[in-house]
Amino acid sequence: MPLEKLYDFSISRLSILDENGKVDHRLRPTLTNPQLIDLFSWMTVLRIFDDKALKLQRQGRIGTYASSLGQEACTVGSGFAMKPQDWTFPAFREHGVFFVRGTPLVRVLQYWGGDERGSKAAADVNCFPVSIPVGSQPLHAVGAAMAMKLKKKDAVSIGYFGDGGSSEGDTLEAMNWAGVFQAPVVLICQNNQFAISEPRSLQTRAQTIAQKGIAFGLDCLQVDGNDVLACYKATLDAIEKARAGKGPTLLEFDTYRMGDHTTADDSTRYRTKEELETWRKRDPIARLRTYLMSEGVLTPQLEEQITADAVVLVDKAVQEYESMPAPKPEDMFDYLYKDMPPELAEQKRTFLSFLATQKNSNLEKKTEGPGFP
Amino acid sequence: MVQALNNALALELESNPNLVVLGEDVGTDGGVFRVTDGLQTKFGKDRVIDTPLAESAIVGTSIGMAAYGMNPVAEVQFSGFLYPGFDQLISHAARIRNRSRGRFSCPLTLRSPYGGGIKAPEHHSESTEAIYIHTPGLKVVIPSNPTDAKGLLTAAMRDPDPVVFFEPLRVYRAFREEVPDEQYSIPLGQAKVTQQGNDLTVISWGSMFRTAIEAVQQIAEAERYSIEMIDLRSLSPIDWLTIHASVQKTGRCVVVQEAPLTLGLASEIMARIMEKNFLHLKAPVQRVTGFDTIMPLFKLENYYLPNAERVKQAIRNVMSF
Repeated sequence: MPLEKLYDFSISRLSILDENGKVDHRLRPTLTNPQLIDLFSWMTVLRIFDDKALKLQRQGRIGTYASSLGQEACTVGSGFAMKPQDWTFPAFREHGVFFVRGTPLVRVLQYWGGDERGSKAAADVNCFPVSIPVGSQPLHAVGAAMAMKLKKKDAVSIGYFGDGGSSEGDTLEAMNWAGVFQAPVVLICQNNQFAISEPRSLQTRAQTIAQKGIAFGLDCLQVDGNDVLACYKATLDAIEKARAGKGPTLLEFDTYRMGDHTTADDSTRYRTKEELETWRKRDPIARLRTYLMSEGVLTPQLEEQITADAVVLVDKAVQEYESMPAPKPEDMFDYLYKDMPPELAEQKRTFLSFLATQKNSNLEKKTEGPGFP
Repeated sequence: MVQALNNALALELESNPNLVVLGEDVGTDGGVFRVTDGLQTKFGKDRVIDTPLAESAIVGTSIGMAAYGMNPVAEVQFSGFLYPGFDQLISHAARIRNRSRGRFSCPLTLRSPYGGGIKAPEHHSESTEAIYIHTPGLKVVIPSNPTDAKGLLTAAMRDPDPVVFFEPLRVYRAFREEVPDEQYSIPLGQAKVTQQGNDLTVISWGSMFRTAIEAVQQIAEAERYSIEMIDLRSLSPIDWLTIHASVQKTGRCVVVQEAPLTLGLASEIMARIMEKNFLHLKAPVQRVTGFDTIMPLFKLENYYLPNAERVKQAIRNVMSF
């Protein structure tokens, strides 16, 4: 018997808007001018928000923070392709999706400010809260998609993970189940090249993360993650395909984390300025700006207005965050079960009566120690 | 404590060629808390290994290495991220000696930061030691200070069985202390009586031991109680002889733990004290613990964590019984 080739695979990469702001018109998605301006505006909001959040963290007004700097196209572009009935299962660097889908900015400040109420999505926003355990949430996205299929709903589920998360068993199991059950799900890997200090090359010897889906029978595509038009189109195509009952897709958004992993990290320990500069030239907002200016869709006056509006939106969120009353200490008991077991109610009573005996019952600011590293 | 742990690892890497350190960000970055800082530069990438992000694989491959005669020191970045590796730890690391009737063993040290009090995000602040203490086949160690940390980690790395070594986040950089330069080992399974007393025994471990000291110092000045303090250090195996001897002397006991109330180690300590010392007791043993709630995000974490006030209240309750 000869050694015969059974299958041959290939991986494609989608990019529409290049780093010089030039568009491939054959691939350009259908978007109206106001929609293009919306994309630009949300990316601007996200960048200004991140910048503000980093400042708040340095001043001790919020805790550890994970910025999206450089990855704005990934979350804004993909979030823009979702319909209200679609569900999002984020990791922890997807607040751009939250914003685009209608989550008030203040929630994200609350969350990173250590206030659980920040995790409560608005009633009409189908976003799961931040998921910190790496690579755990793609399974939830697949499960929700299986339910959507069983219930014959016109909805699609979108799960995010990162290049680090692509190494977790749960993520691979999610891909497998998505394939086996032909779940209407889109799994999106924001490959920002780093899992804290570890470069993407330490996660896998595979040429792309997208190709991991091949083994599970998924349609796979690598996407220029700094190209918002490509992120939007790839997500939209995958969502429409899933909605039409044609199965799951794995998308790899090839991008770069321009900031530290979180405010607890110092990325100068493990990467060079030169590498950073290379990626700075691929900035997702700058290239969209160039394109929109060249098309006359964006003007300097309009840009000024968009930036000013974004600053107002962010400042309002900060103001709201800081003028909000602190969470009630007893909140920690109240959301564990729908009906509180009597023993827990007793613990809560004891706790409150102890607190009432304390001269200084506000313990919030007394956290000792050096803070998160 | 960070430096003391780093020093213990460096000395052991030097003296034991079979020892390897592995985990996420332990190499180039030196660990997110810098416990492994400089070790990869000094000992090379074969011995201080940056791994893919996969806790199950970190624990699972460590088991294979250990079975083949190496001494892996695996780091899981936070104890809250240990669960993907939980199956490997519980189903295999803890059982391989027993399952193979002693033919194979698992001399693995699993280091992980644990506990609250540093304003960290979700899953970075829990106290989950009870789960591992409850698992036959594992040893569990939690130091409360740099000197013990170095000696106990050295002992853990030399132990023939798997040791879960939890490092209290709040103690990492909380205070400075002179630590002996030379390599030394503190036997596992030995508690430390840090202060002798006749009226009451206070038992704790990890960062809560420091909270207990704070409470005892305040109350001893005010009310002149003679209090004996036990830092457990090793939670499995546990030094029952020291506990029983102390309680038989004082007749009163308060146990302080950061973990939730139900089925924490404090529950077991109280049960054993009752079994062995019933007629010596002058008051019911009391415990100060976290609540049976999920560790809240940091705006409320100080409400969850036992503090000196709560410990003092328990001490007064026991003393005035």
